[in-house]
Amino acid sequence: MTEPLQKSVLAVGPFHPLQEEMEFFQLTVDGEKVTDINVRISYNHRGIEKISETLQFDQVPYLVSRVCGICSASHPLAYVQAVEEIAGVRPPERALYVRTIINELERIHSHLLWVGLAGHFIGYDTVFMWAWKYREPVLDLLEEVTGNRNNYGNVKVGGCREDVPDEMKPKILQELDTIEKKTEMLTKAVLDDPVLHARLKGVGVLTKEDGIKYAVTGPTARGSDIAIDVRRDDPYAAYAELDWKVISQPEGDVFAKAVVRLLETLESVKIIRQALRRLPQGPVAVEVKEIPPGEGCGHAEAPRGETFHYVRSDGGNRPVRHKIRAPSYVNVPSFKASCIGGDIADVTLTLAAVDPCYSCTERMAVVDGHHNVILDYENLLRLSREKTARLKKEMGGPEMKLEDF
Amino acid sequence: MQQNELDNQLSRIQDRIAGIERKAENRVFLPCESANVYEVCRFLFEDLGLRFVISTGIDAQDCFEVLHHFSDDECGCVVTVKAFVRDRDAPELDSITPLIPGAEWIEREMHDLLGIKFTNHPNLQRLILEDDWPQGVYPLRKEVQT
Repeated sequence: MTEPLQKSVLAVGPFHPLQEEMEFFQLTVDGEKVTDINVRISYNHRGIEKISETLQFDQVPYLVSRVCGICSASHPLAYVQAVEEIAGVRPPERALYVRTIINELERIHSHLLWVGLAGHFIGYDTVFMWAWKYREPVLDLLEEVTGNRNNYGNVKVGGCREDVPDEMKPKILQELDTIEKKTEMLTKAVLDDPVLHARLKGVGVLTKEDGIKYAVTGPTARGSDIAIDVRRDDPYAAYAELDWKVISQPEGDVFAKAVVRLLETLESVKIIRQALRRLPQGPVAVEVKEIPPGEGCGHAEAPRGETFHYVRSDGGNRPVRHKIRAPSYVNVPSFKASCIGGDIADVTLTLAAVDPCYSCTERMAVVDGHHNVILDYENLLRLSREKTARLKKEMGGPEMKLEDF
Repeated sequence: MQQNELDNQLSRIQDRIAGIERKAENRVFLPCESANVYEVCRFLFEDLGLRFVISTGIDAQDCFEVLHHFSDDECGCVVTVKAFVRDRDAPELDSITPLIPGAEWIEREMHDLLGIKFTNHPNLQRLILEDDWPQGVYPLRKEVQT
């Protein structure tokens, strides 16, 4: 009689104090290979959809900007677009341009944040330091316009709360020049580095077919040859009037997603420059008094993908139903397609590559019945970095000492 | 697909839906009875190649509504299938997860929060609610106060 096969289950999560979401992954592993993945979410469920039903239409944007600290421009924007659709309101031209500028600044800081974290995970801490250093001035610009580094709360039904003052234009343009130069340098460093090619190519591949089945969006989709972008497909704000490209890559691996994000950052710089140059004069908001009964769908391209809001009104002053779908909600389940068959050392990176609001690597515990082995965050990071070092050595590069980690 | 082409295509499933409601320039709603929801979604997802966006569950007092939102990314149109689940005591609807794996989480979420049972769902376990949350209390129903 054969013994029943013993499955080893790796528990990833549920708590990661670095980022704002908590998720719990159970990886079934066979040696170093991942054979199945089970996800448990909602440790941080705050009931925002239900709370929204108790707030007035004009209060909700400040609530939904707290859905996510990073995407705090996209969520309120998707919401107000849904409400404006119900009310049949079109905000003034200048407001549309201001919305574009704020949302692209958000995309730049979010993508740079991701590039830094990805570098950190594979042992390129210089990239981490650089990317976060260049991200800082973007937050300062956002603070200068909206009053906040995050949770900008800058959109309202009918327009924007704060304007981008004309006097600020030269300062923003100057910062954009610096960001563009540095991002180009980072992009070149990534594209030219043979170790990064070896480490990131072919890792965590999400095929186009799987991408469609799991309904992924944003850079996760565009890295898998699904060239969708709400900014182009269902244009909002001022995107239809500006000249920019949707970046997509066919490979579906971590490298492709990194390239998409880096090139998108450069596109965002282009968009903001044009928006500043064409910024029309006039007010940034119209008054909206009543929201008639009806239902509306608003969506916006957040840094991580499409943010979707559905709002229903019964003619009162509060929404009767407000559904929020953040991009990670559809991107995270695609791990089922991209992690299985990969190495444990690649899991951190594959999970991080969709840029979930949480990279789920804080605490891992291998449970195999008799021997309990605990793989904590440091050890996982070490596994990932050792693989980078090994590849580097095989390619004849300077040896990375483990003490450096 | 262009807008008028999409309209033509949608007319092919006219007998399964109660109408085609255009509520804004790029927003189409297709109300239908719960028995037809799987077939209508299959038509949109497989035959027309629309992208599944998400679903919304609503407690509309006299019935439950389940809205499956799809997006036609070529013309930017959001097509919403609106299914009415009229049995409030034992709400049930065909699951679309066997068709679209990306719908697994949202159907589990609606099961948790509204108590709608999705038949043929491969894994209708709790997603949002804690393991020790009492049975039969559905937070998104209107009778539950915030």
